[in-house]
Amino acid sequence: MRTSLVGLALLAWVGSVAGSRIAVAASLVADLSSHLIAITTGFTGTEVLLFGAKEGPGQVVMIVRGPTSSVTVRKKSRIAGIWMNTDRVTFSNVPSFYAVATSAPLPDIAPPPVLARHQIGFDQLKFDAPPDVDPARYREFRTALVRNQQRVGNFMNEVGAISFLGNTLFRASVYFPANVPVGVYLVEVLLLQNGEITGAQTTPLIISKVGFGAEIFDFAHQKAALYGVVAIILSLVAGWLPHILLRRA
Amino acid sequence: MQIYLPIAEMSADVILLLGLGGLVGFLSGLFGVGGGFLMTPLLIFLGVPPAVAVASQANQVIAASVSGVLAHWRRGNVDFKMGLIMLAGGLLGSLIGVWLYSVLRRIGQIDLVIALSYVFFLSSVGALMAVESIGAILRRRNPAAARRKLHQHTWVHGLPLKMRFRRSRLYISALLPLGLGFGVGILAALMGVGGGFIMVPAMIYLLGMPTALVVGTSLFQVIFVAINVSFLQAWQNQTVDVVLAFLLVVGAVLGAEFGSRFGARLRGEQLRGMLALLVLAVGIALATQLVIRPEDVFSLTITHGGGT
Repeated sequence: MRTSLVGLALLAWVGSVAGSRIAVAASLVADLSSHLIAITTGFTGTEVLLFGAKEGPGQVVMIVRGPTSSVTVRKKSRIAGIWMNTDRVTFSNVPSFYAVATSAPLPDIAPPPVLARHQIGFDQLKFDAPPDVDPARYREFRTALVRNQQRVGNFMNEVGAISFLGNTLFRASVYFPANVPVGVYLVEVLLLQNGEITGAQTTPLIISKVGFGAEIFDFAHQKAALYGVVAIILSLVAGWLPHILLRRA
Repeated sequence: MQIYLPIAEMSADVILLLGLGGLVGFLSGLFGVGGGFLMTPLLIFLGVPPAVAVASQANQVIAASVSGVLAHWRRGNVDFKMGLIMLAGGLLGSLIGVWLYSVLRRIGQIDLVIALSYVFFLSSVGALMAVESIGAILRRRNPAAARRKLHQHTWVHGLPLKMRFRRSRLYISALLPLGLGFGVGILAALMGVGGGFIMVPAMIYLLGMPTALVVGTSLFQVIFVAINVSFLQAWQNQTVDVVLAFLLVVGAVLGAEFGSRFGARLRGEQLRGMLALLVLAVGIALATQLVIRPEDVFSLTITHGGGT
């Protein structure tokens, strides 16, 4: 499954790079220091550098989006003195990772309709909820989702994180925490002049488990029963071995 | 030094995990219990997802109980007949436990059920043991006080299907060890524990088995229940993290050696009293967590690949 995913991602990458370069080549060029983050056994989080150049004045916004998933938000309340889950809302189409870095505060960059159209900023993110969820409840659970994801570092909002070097060059860095979700990410870089988007470029970023950890994960999910047997044998040996060694000693 | 746990999908400190395994191993060597009741809450506290903590812990219980049984077997302290009957109940119980686990996870109450089971069992077992061991310590100080009868007849002895257990020198209904194994099997799957902390007192006080045989026999049946739970969790829920389990096992095996050496210098009722205090302390700590207002009343469950 992993190889096909990478293959698909490469296809998407070739397509998007070709497409976006042709469309807006003149006003904005940007790239990442790395297009592949390998989660190895020693992975503790990593930083990826974005660098690029723009033509003319304007502000730059970078949006990093992880693969979408369904998220169930549960609310606890006190029943008979005990805190337990009593309510829940399941959102679909939620990015598993969402980071925005800008060169200036968002309201100064573009008016709300533009921000909404491109889903720039936490307030503009749109998640799908079941139709029976009323607006007040939607807002309450949506805010909780964003807050929880911010706390673990999966949602980030960094105003002023993009810095300019002279008039044309810019750079920014995004931090991916140790428990970052795997998958194909899209990094969107936008150039805004007078509240209008005048340049855009999308680059993929692949976060994938590699090596020993990836093999264990694939084994556990693809051959679950065999994995269980192997795990049990390892434990039996681990319990029996020291007994033999200690008797010899 | 950090290591990435592939199934838990988080990185954790190697020394911390080895130390945790060592601490729990020390206690299990000292008291003759698996220590799962301490390990699972600590892993969850470290940020390991509860499902992964419970399943990986079941895997490490296998290793801990194998090494325990080998030590007791050498001294002839395992009643295999009793163990096998408890095992039959235990396997059935763990099947139901794993099924119950996935049902509760679906309706979103698994964390509450795990926490409530911990609070209930830890505080009741802890309190019973504390009362008993204080009584034993007082009797030792004052030998003139009335001694308990060696053998008391209760409703338990009126049950059908009586069997003779030569090694334990008991003539009791087979339904007792079967039912005990069944109940503990459910808990093993649900709470990620071997169930020693419930099994050991129940075998002493309910079945009336000689204390010397209890630990070895309980560990013998726990091996198979833990194997069953570990396999079912790996197969059904893919939640066994071998890297996590391995680190815990290495620490636990070393810790158990020190624990059993240290334990040899203490008297039985002192050991039971200390275990009772520890069990009670964990129970109270978990109960407090249920009652105080959580930091955030909202929590998330992410279903990967569930998006469009």
